[in-house]
Amino acid sequence: MSRLLEVNQLRVQIETQHGTVQAVRGVSFHLDEQETLAIVGESGSGKSISVKSIMGLLPKNGKIVEGSILLEGKDLAKYSERQMQSVRGSDISMIFQDPMTSLNPTMTIGKQIVEVLKEHRKDMSKAQMKERALELISLVGISNPEARFDQYPHQLSGGMRQRVVIAVALACDPRILIADEPTTALDVTIQAQILDLMRDLQKKIKTSIIIITHNLGVVANIADRVAVMYGGQLVETADVRDLFYETAHPYTKGLLASIPKASEKGSELTAIPGTPPDLMEPPKGCPFAARCTKTMEVCRQYPPEDMLCGENHHVRCWLLDERAKALRE
Amino acid sequence: MSADKKPLLEVKHLKKYFHVGKNQTLKAVRDISLDIYKGETLGLVGESGCGKSTFGRTVIQLYEPTDGTVVYDGQVIDNRLSQADRHTYTRKMQMIFQDPYASLNPRMKVMDIIAEGMDAHGIFKGQERKKKVIELLETVGLSEEHANRFPHEFSGGQRQRVGIARALAVDPEFIICDEPISALDVSIQAQVINLLKELQKKRNLTYLFIAHDLSMVKHISDRIGVMYLGSMVELADSESLFDDPVHPYTQALLSAIPIPDPDVEKNRNRIMLEGSLPDPIRLTQGCLFAGRCPYAEEFCSKNTPEMKEVRPGHFAACHRVE
Amino acid sequence: MDELFVRVHVDESEKEHIAHPNLTAFQEGWLRLKKNKAAVASLFTLITIGLLALLAPVFSAYSYKETNYDIIYQIPSAAHLFGTDQFGRDLWVRTWMGTRISLLIAFVAAFLDLTVGVVYGAVSALIGGKVDAVMQRFIEILVGIPHLIIVILLMMIMPAGIWTIVVALSITGWVNMARLVRAEILKLKNQEFVLAARVLGTSTSRIIWKHLIPNTVGVIVINAMFTIPSAIFTEAFLSFIGIGMQEPKASLGVLINNGYQVLRNFPHVLIFPAIVIVLIMVCFSILGDGLRDALDPRMRK
Repeated sequence: MSRLLEVNQLRVQIETQHGTVQAVRGVSFHLDEQETLAIVGESGSGKSISVKSIMGLLPKNGKIVEGSILLEGKDLAKYSERQMQSVRGSDISMIFQDPMTSLNPTMTIGKQIVEVLKEHRKDMSKAQMKERALELISLVGISNPEARFDQYPHQLSGGMRQRVVIAVALACDPRILIADEPTTALDVTIQAQILDLMRDLQKKIKTSIIIITHNLGVVANIADRVAVMYGGQLVETADVRDLFYETAHPYTKGLLASIPKASEKGSELTAIPGTPPDLMEPPKGCPFAARCTKTMEVCRQYPPEDMLCGENHHVRCWLLDERAKALRE
Repeated sequence: MSADKKPLLEVKHLKKYFHVGKNQTLKAVRDISLDIYKGETLGLVGESGCGKSTFGRTVIQLYEPTDGTVVYDGQVIDNRLSQADRHTYTRKMQMIFQDPYASLNPRMKVMDIIAEGMDAHGIFKGQERKKKVIELLETVGLSEEHANRFPHEFSGGQRQRVGIARALAVDPEFIICDEPISALDVSIQAQVINLLKELQKKRNLTYLFIAHDLSMVKHISDRIGVMYLGSMVELADSESLFDDPVHPYTQALLSAIPIPDPDVEKNRNRIMLEGSLPDPIRLTQGCLFAGRCPYAEEFCSKNTPEMKEVRPGHFAACHRVE
Repeated sequence: MDELFVRVHVDESEKEHIAHPNLTAFQEGWLRLKKNKAAVASLFTLITIGLLALLAPVFSAYSYKETNYDIIYQIPSAAHLFGTDQFGRDLWVRTWMGTRISLLIAFVAAFLDLTVGVVYGAVSALIGGKVDAVMQRFIEILVGIPHLIIVILLMMIMPAGIWTIVVALSITGWVNMARLVRAEILKLKNQEFVLAARVLGTSTSRIIWKHLIPNTVGVIVINAMFTIPSAIFTEAFLSFIGIGMQEPKASLGVLINNGYQVLRNFPHVLIFPAIVIVLIMVCFSILGDGLRDALDPRMRK
């Protein structure tokens, strides 16, 4: 598999009236061809901001202060808004959490797909565009595409709309599809349908997917590799099985322990006490030190280095240091 | 739950209809009856728009029921109650809300938010009020320093705990938890669930726990009711419901939950439901689930199924069960 | 560095620490307003204009109606900062006197709008049902009749003067406020914190005072900010077409009317009151916009 996207030492700051929020603090990860990378983390962990910087969709008060975003060698971090416009929708597409607001309510579904094609595929004729739109509508599992083509978003249910959103995103065969909490606003039965669809589509059209979610069940269902974010940093990156069965970072362990298991009914959940750090004044050491059960002095003083504990398994935790051997249990 | 126990709350044929537009009625709650026993947690699950929140709000009289009665501890709760009785039941029945951002008044300090119930009933004043608020803050894992702050300075989980403290201030016996964790992060959800369980043990509370996250509901509930389009389709002990669901909708719902275990997920066979929720305004007769049910026959779409006891304590409304 | 690898105890309070400074909603709003340079400049300009309107006539050697036919139409000088008019009256004093009256009319009109509008809107939203329907139809009828026609008719029936203008402005001016307040309260009524208060047995009057009013203040203040310049403008317009304030009383409209008649020969008579009225209108609009951005709870995160 070859490298498609590489994010290096990305730092993003957001200016607010109270001060500067260090939303993303030195994040590096990569995406291979045809793989699905899940980015997991709670609200405010910087996961959404990270992918928004890839898309060049940072809010006005936010900016990339350091790092590079290499899409097949080209640094997107240095691209102008105009250059980004040609990347968005054709090389990288994004689908958002709320299917209600990500479609234009005054435009028919068919027209919304055709609009994207007009923007990026100037070589296509009108008839070709319509044909392509119909093809996309049936690709995302909507029956009777001819009739749906002329319908407006409000005539569809939430699950159908999310399918349309996916169709719009796939219009120009993007290399990378970024899905920001694509199923959070949907009910479980619909969520299962959409996840199924995304997996099917990936096999058919061979795109790479970055999915942001906080639902570890969704991660287990769809991801090949997982990156866990906390306090603006990546704390653990691993193949999906390693992450669930060889969990290394105390935060990831805490997350997994706080989900009720089917087997142990009634027992107390192991909650992670406290609240995530305020990124206006990020802790100088490990961001998780204040909530960890195994905090050491070093955790509060120095940020942990990226350490390897198995193939493709990166962890940032001082407990993996030789000197902390005695304290691991 | 043993049969000789007297229920704390009895809901009998509760209906709540809303008028929407001309001559159209949205039947948000269609004839639901259930009992809740002292000290138990009854979970109520269903997808958005199934009427579970409306049910909770109607039980606590935020909405006036269209038909049916709510009996709390032998006393019929309705708008004909005397002022004094109303005061008694508002102290016994409380509610915790879904949205930690909308459920606290942004212009009030946490101290006054928590003391709201005490002020409304005129119990505790001055120093005693302050003492009680600090006590409540500590009960929910916060401290005195938080009392003088405004809600917008808190994180979602902290706000939800303030909401719990507010409900506890009047020493309730029965609390309706209306999706208290669905707006929270995973690591925070467990905090809130543990807190609710601990409070239940310490104060002998009874919960009606409304949620759409089935695994959390299973974790906290003794019995679970499953709602679909305003009706109860299945009601059973939570073990029984998860291990051997009877209603096809419950089966599909359970099979749709993604399990946080990659190996299990890979080898699972899902029951995929076709389509999505039908428009509840148009549905009038027959089994409401018939349109999406993999086993539906013509009979189903003509006749409304009744709740039947499949096993002791396990009820389901489906024509296929005998 | 090995001494760093020892287990440390993390204080419980550290886990629930709130880094955010302890600020009320209004303190926060003020902080945000301070960041908006245009709004702050407008605020200071308005304060300066207000002070001049209050104090300039008091500390001047001239009075607003004192005529002196020896010095008619003088251009601005050290003795008469803004020059004089056709009766030799000092324009510096007359301009600030006029500003004072215009501002007075605007503030009283805005205050009446506010009182009537808030009460009407709140009652309509809170009672709801048929009462609400009837009250809303009444508003629609009022809106249907052109505002200026009502005002002009009233001005012709009643004696000229400040209070007539105030009544004329307020008779339809409150409608906007009433609509806004009603919409806001209808929205708030279904917010979970109001439901929580009802569940706790909080009385209706407490809900109104503790929950609904404090959360509508922002909308009310902002709307009042936009009412003031429009009242000033309407007053000026009425005086300009000759049915507002009467000579020798000055209002900005009267002064502009005077100046307009001699614009070709003595432009200074028009320019100063015109500048003041433009400043007032622009500053109130900018300040209102700034306040909206600063106080809107949707902007608070």
